[in-house]
Amino acid sequence: MTFADYLLLFGGMGLVTYGPRALPLLYLARKQLPQWLIDWLALIPVAILSALLAPSLLTDAAERSFALGKPELLAAIPTLIFALKTRSLAGTVLVGMLLFRLTGMFI
Amino acid sequence: MNSNQVLKRNRSGKVGQAVSAAWPICLGYFPVGLALGVLARQAGLPWWAVGMMSLLVFAGSAQFICVAMLAAGASLPGIILTTFVVNLRHGLMSSALAVHLSGASRRFLAVFAYGITDESFAVNMVRFRGGNWDRWRALIVNHLTNAVWIAATLVGALVGQFVPQGAFGIDYALTGMFICLLVFQLQGRIHILTGLLAAVISVGWYLLIPGDSYIVGASMTAATLGYFLNIRRRRRSP
Repeated sequence: MTFADYLLLFGGMGLVTYGPRALPLLYLARKQLPQWLIDWLALIPVAILSALLAPSLLTDAAERSFALGKPELLAAIPTLIFALKTRSLAGTVLVGMLLFRLTGMFI
Repeated sequence: MNSNQVLKRNRSGKVGQAVSAAWPICLGYFPVGLALGVLARQAGLPWWAVGMMSLLVFAGSAQFICVAMLAAGASLPGIILTTFVVNLRHGLMSSALAVHLSGASRRFLAVFAYGITDESFAVNMVRFRGGNWDRWRALIVNHLTNAVWIAATLVGALVGQFVPQGAFGIDYALTGMFICLLVFQLQGRIHILTGLLAAVISVGWYLLIPGDSYIVGASMTAATLGYFLNIRRRRRSP
């Protein structure tokens, strides 16, 4: 990809990221969103994160098939427990990386 | 002490509070940013493209997804659409923050908006709710974490070529961050239920339907199901 390709891609990504961040601040500052929308939007982050995580832990990307017992999944369980106990972002990332590395060595 | 000194001391106190609020985020961003830079180089992006992406986008998870999609040969509109959907959640955060930023100028809001992330939102909202927080300290949190993110991804991109593939479990940095951000989101039974629904639906969607629509499709379906289940539960137990 050329410089212009990257600029187009990242400029486009930047615009669609900045829009949702800025528009509510600029235009909805004193207006109230409808309650059903607030309630629905409140469930979006957990749903997105789970939808991003689950296929990467439970499926084989190359064959696009169900796979139980991948190193990604085995490392995720203690990593999840660590995150629940400590609520530390940096700690969870580092522990996850270490556990994944160890799992890869033994499998 | 003259008024100028008072002002100065006051300001340094405020800056200090903002820095100490931002510190845990910076600590988390550093390994994740390094990992992103390294993975981006391994996916074939030049180092300056990594810096450009961090500067223009500043959204950790979307940047990882972008690198993964580029490596898989995805189309540019596909990557931009996925970014849009993945980052739509910031609209809700921005709406919630707006309550605490009334009276700020449009220019301030435009600059502030650039730095809204899952992490800075979580930290600023806790402080705003507790009182003793103002928009300038919140702005410092946003932009200090932003600067650390850009620096970390650049360092990762520059050392990336010396890091062997898969070293230090670096492929797992994003998964680790997602797991922790998911834990932050589990604020009640309905969130746990929605997360489980999203997991089941996304795996099924991923296996049955080619392409990357599973992220958008599964998360919107799960949130809608969770929303209606919550309404039913509330009706049953008034």
